[in-house]
Amino acid sequence: MPDLNIQLNGSIGNFDLSVDLQLPSSGVTAIFGPSGCGKTSLLRCVAGLEKISNARITLNGEIWQSSEKFVRPHKRSIGFVFQNSNLFAHLTVRENLGFGKKRCGNIQTGPSLDEITVLFGLEKLLERAVGRLSGGEKQRVALGRALLSNPEILLLDEPLSALDQASKNEIIPYLERMHRFIDIPILHVTHDITEVERFADRLVLMDGGRVVTYGPVIDMLTNSDLPFSQSQGAASILEGIIVDIDLDQGLSRISVDGGTFLVTGQPGNIGDAVRLRISAADISLGHEWDVSKISILNGLATRIIGAVEDDTQMQVTLALGKDGSGAKLLSRITRHSWERLGLAVDGEIFALIKSVALADPSGKSL
Amino acid sequence: MLEIVFLTLKLAFVSTVILLIFGTPLAYWLARSPVWWREIIGAIVTLPLVLPATVIGFYLLVFLAPNSPAGEVLGNLFGHPLPFHFEGLVLGSVIYSLPFVVQPIRIAFEAMGELPLEAAATLRSSPLNAFFTVALPLARSGLITGGVLGFAHTIGEFGVVLMIGGSIPGETRVLSIAIYEAVENLEWSKAHIMAGGMLGFSFAVILLMMLLNKTMDRSRNA
Repeated sequence: MPDLNIQLNGSIGNFDLSVDLQLPSSGVTAIFGPSGCGKTSLLRCVAGLEKISNARITLNGEIWQSSEKFVRPHKRSIGFVFQNSNLFAHLTVRENLGFGKKRCGNIQTGPSLDEITVLFGLEKLLERAVGRLSGGEKQRVALGRALLSNPEILLLDEPLSALDQASKNEIIPYLERMHRFIDIPILHVTHDITEVERFADRLVLMDGGRVVTYGPVIDMLTNSDLPFSQSQGAASILEGIIVDIDLDQGLSRISVDGGTFLVTGQPGNIGDAVRLRISAADISLGHEWDVSKISILNGLATRIIGAVEDDTQMQVTLALGKDGSGAKLLSRITRHSWERLGLAVDGEIFALIKSVALADPSGKSL
Repeated sequence: MLEIVFLTLKLAFVSTVILLIFGTPLAYWLARSPVWWREIIGAIVTLPLVLPATVIGFYLLVFLAPNSPAGEVLGNLFGHPLPFHFEGLVLGSVIYSLPFVVQPIRIAFEAMGELPLEAAATLRSSPLNAFFTVALPLARSGLITGGVLGFAHTIGEFGVVLMIGGSIPGETRVLSIAIYEAVENLEWSKAHIMAGGMLGFSFAVILLMMLLNKTMDRSRNA
């Protein structure tokens, strides 16, 4: 059911924005594109921080902007996390967290301060002045503050881009816990594809103020018409369920559409859903797979459903299962190998997978 | 002499309170308004900084004269004409000290920027609520500076008082006028006491303001 409607057709300053999106009212939608593509403007329009002339924005039937109406940001039920956290310097962490909640009207509804404190690991920081927090800590407080105002939608404006890699690694598990904790829709603006791979259910690709395409993230990443599959860092994302854990061998078996994977470690409990990330460069192709002759753990029967020549390389799209009905994989091999193996679209081939990573490393360490 | 000191402090206090009440929203508007004529208002507010006090005093006299329209309205409001009364001095001080109060507050609001206000808006805080709970606390060093400068500047003012106040004991005879008269009458010891007192007071006020701003910066990062 499409519950967030965003139609924008106008300009901010001299930047033209033309967007028409219907999004379901749950899950994470990544808004992705190069800087200057209008993704942050889109988010700010939804929040009401930016006013665009010709727009219609509704959430769950409530009109936030139309030709007759403009609801000001403080009247919209939003949580907004800024790139630079934007905490109030004159308040402590506890006071920052409580700022939105105090203004909620009914402070009984929504998450409690205690729940949010635990969720984001803020127990020891509550009485601290904001000036004495690290970048990652600030962003955790900003996330908690936004959620405590009990929003109907969470808007994240590149929440990780101002952080160094260490701080990013520190905050990512908290973001993943947050996704499981809340069931409101999240719009996550980013220019980092790894954030999309980790968090997003759906992807809106923007360029030059327009939506280029929109769809489930798993399909988009492997779609050979889109730039993702052509890039050097191309990867496919698979969603699976843990079906078996072998503590003795330190391996877990994960079932995906059209096959099963072995991964090292214990990414969760049996029955848990996990997301696997396989880099296109980590998939070799072979006519046979003999476990007695090769150390590779995962060799899966696939069918070639597409191939794009890229200079001396081939970008091959595979589908799991002999009939090619399963989940899609991307493989990047040399044109030389493609010709030597006599490969062709619609042929059957084994995908030999050198490395499988969890895109969602929230489980126990691998 | 106590009466003179009391009147001077009363004038400075009343003027500062009025300046903060009206100057703060004005500074907020000057710091944030997108309208093109904002700087025209800004220039008018800054004008007393460069104009000789006698020029301001002269125009105030003309403006407040009992036979002028404004003078008539204000005269009826207060029951007597404003020139050569305490209320007239307050009005003159407010105008004369306006830039000293508005400028530091405006700079503090500008330094704060729009981001904290945007954060407040996304957290269900109305613009008025955000002004009181976010903008004012974040600009407090500017407010303190503006208040102290306005207070000190009003105490030291001479020209405007001379033009529109004269020297009526208990009504318009403030310290700076009294010093001037003491010197005119060759009452040196009296002039010394008052001038020395003013010097010490002004120094104490500026020092206090600086210390206050410093402790606040420190407590914010504690």
